[in-house]
Amino acid sequence: MSVVLVRTALIIGAVALLEILCRLGVIPNFTVIPPSAMAQSLWKILASGKFSADIAATLTNVGIAIAAAMIVGIAVGTLLQSWPAARRVFDPLFATYYAVPMYAFYPLLLVIFGLGDFPQIAIGFLLAVMAVIINTLNGLDRVPAVLLKTARVHRLGLVSAALRVRLPYAAPYVFTGFKLAVAYSFIGVVGAEFITSSRGIGYEISFAYNNFDNAVMYAMILFILLLVITVNMSLHAWEKRLLSRRRRA
Amino acid sequence: MRWRDSAVLIFLFVLVWEVLYLIIGDVALRSPAATVQNLNTLLADARFLPHLRETGLAFAQGFAIAVVVGLLIGVPLGAARFAGEVAEPILVALYSIPKVTLYPVILLIFGIGMPAKVAFGAIHGIVPISIFAMNAVRNINPTHLRTARVLRLSPMSLFSNVLLPATLPEIVTGIRVGFSLALIGTLLGEMFGSQHGLGHLLMQAMSLHNIERILALTLLIVVFAAGINALLLALDRRLHARA
Amino acid sequence: MIVSLRAVSRVYPARAGQPEVHALGPIDLELAQGEFFAVVGPSGCGKSTLLDVMAGLASPSSGEVFFESKRVEGEVPEGIGVVFQEDASFPWLTVHDNIAFGLRRAGMAQAEVAAQVGYAIDFMGLKEFARAYPAQLSGGMRQRVCIARTLVLKPRLILLDEPFGALDQQTRLLMGDELLRLWRATGATILLITHALDEATMLADRVGVMSARPGRFLDIIATGWPRERDSTLVAGDSFGKLTGRIWKLLRGESLRAMGHS
Repeated sequence: MSVVLVRTALIIGAVALLEILCRLGVIPNFTVIPPSAMAQSLWKILASGKFSADIAATLTNVGIAIAAAMIVGIAVGTLLQSWPAARRVFDPLFATYYAVPMYAFYPLLLVIFGLGDFPQIAIGFLLAVMAVIINTLNGLDRVPAVLLKTARVHRLGLVSAALRVRLPYAAPYVFTGFKLAVAYSFIGVVGAEFITSSRGIGYEISFAYNNFDNAVMYAMILFILLLVITVNMSLHAWEKRLLSRRRRA
Repeated sequence: MRWRDSAVLIFLFVLVWEVLYLIIGDVALRSPAATVQNLNTLLADARFLPHLRETGLAFAQGFAIAVVVGLLIGVPLGAARFAGEVAEPILVALYSIPKVTLYPVILLIFGIGMPAKVAFGAIHGIVPISIFAMNAVRNINPTHLRTARVLRLSPMSLFSNVLLPATLPEIVTGIRVGFSLALIGTLLGEMFGSQHGLGHLLMQAMSLHNIERILALTLLIVVFAAGINALLLALDRRLHARA
Repeated sequence: MIVSLRAVSRVYPARAGQPEVHALGPIDLELAQGEFFAVVGPSGCGKSTLLDVMAGLASPSSGEVFFESKRVEGEVPEGIGVVFQEDASFPWLTVHDNIAFGLRRAGMAQAEVAAQVGYAIDFMGLKEFARAYPAQLSGGMRQRVCIARTLVLKPRLILLDEPFGALDQQTRLLMGDELLRLWRATGATILLITHALDEATMLADRVGVMSARPGRFLDIIATGWPRERDSTLVAGDSFGKLTGRIWKLLRGESLRAMGHS
């Protein structure tokens, strides 16, 4: 029996069960609305373009956080990998970074930078950048000595060697960092929008909740879930294609 | 060696903080020294301790549930190969969802208060613990199991001499990650919809623009999280070195 | 003299609990332009260190290295190509792009790059595999890619460090023929490091026999082969005599390297 088939059946089954329980009133409508109603509400919202500005704002902020995390993360990772003394100093930071609740810094960021999109992008960036640094380091560590020597034989300077030999070799690991950066940027930005913001998907969910508007709230929650899952699956497929070239036939 | 690196790092961190304070000033920051003093004052304040206790209780319960449920999910999935393969992408997908978006659902189910906070902390911790536990069980060396069968070990003996030592390092890593995430979840829950606890105090301080308090609370949370993580990390490293 | 080594030695300084290691030398060596020179010696004698120092990948602890009358210091001079023992092909590039790697950097025109790469691919027998990735090729094919990548830059000195080490004997003999063909076609000076005596004797104009660590040249033996040679010369008498002579020199050294007196 195919794994994919069973998994799909499982998911469909779970959704169907939820639908039935909601329709029968076992789960009251003021708690959870039936999945079909969620989908309908979402469709209506998307068609009317009511939250287009919010969606655009969230996606833009997530995009900026990802881009910043990748650029800074790869640069810092590459730099530290070539500078073992500095790397040793930061080692405890790598181990402890994700233990610290990044959201705890959100109020501080709000106070320093005021309202506006920067604090949310900053949280997304801060969560994402470390994953990129750690995975870039991991990948660069694995570059075989013979390739480093080859770069020197081709007389590549430091930057050239990093861009044309070391990072391309480490690409699969950098990609892992990229996947995490995407996930963390979403978590950071949407979470921050939730807590305090004036626009964005997170904000609309929070607003709908405060106004007892379950239809809108669940529609947007569904939207986020579908969006994140779709993005993840696409990244996974892309990764498989890239890596198939490098696998032993 | 490692302690020296940590000390250098902490020193650098305090230095950067001080420099930022000198640049930004009292409008939005306080100096490290002032913050430590404020924290001391806060800890001595009788009105503060109930909040601390509330967060502590919520977190402890959420974390405990996360560990138990996470293991209950992860271990069987690791043992049953097919089930594990089916479930893994689902677990990974759950890991990437901004769980904060599920918070309204939790509130609708549990209502505002302690149970909701515990639930929120729990759902944050369950997923990584189950993923790590699943991998730990999956990666048990089959040769060890065959050897145990040949030696005719009793189930108790099999568990304590083979299964536990083999899976413990990975499970402890998962618990360490789960600890951090459960803490985030609990605090996040308090920041959004609660009248008690550290998270709530943090949000309150923010709306009142009480910079001293924001920094003091943030410092407390960071020190607590980093400190416990360092201890768990030492345990984690020792287990992995032995394995 | 295209390459000159004068009193070159390499010493690794003492470190945390490890004593100082005298890896190589002192070595005096002169390579004539266009000659094929092989280096044989027991394992651990410093053959690879010799190559590293000659190429500029490592600096000598004492003595000097000259390439085309210029001092070699710290970086690899232009005009030197190196083929390593391990697979150095770039797994993220196709065979074609691997070979084009050095040319693209030099800012050569597209058409010219394609022409040069095409020639190298044909020369090394890689035509069918031009669009394949290294992961899909055997070890021998990947070495050919590395050789082609070096070739295409037209180096005047080619250093090879046990390039056929991972291949079976028949393939090695054939690859040896390839190497000779390449040597004649390019007119480059070649230094080949090998642990296979027959390979050294068959391919080279001169064979340098190194002692156990710290590696020094015990003797440099001229083979006297004509330029137009191939693996069939292994059938002749002189081949056997030469190989025997080299083994006599090496046997004692190899035993010493293994720890016997």
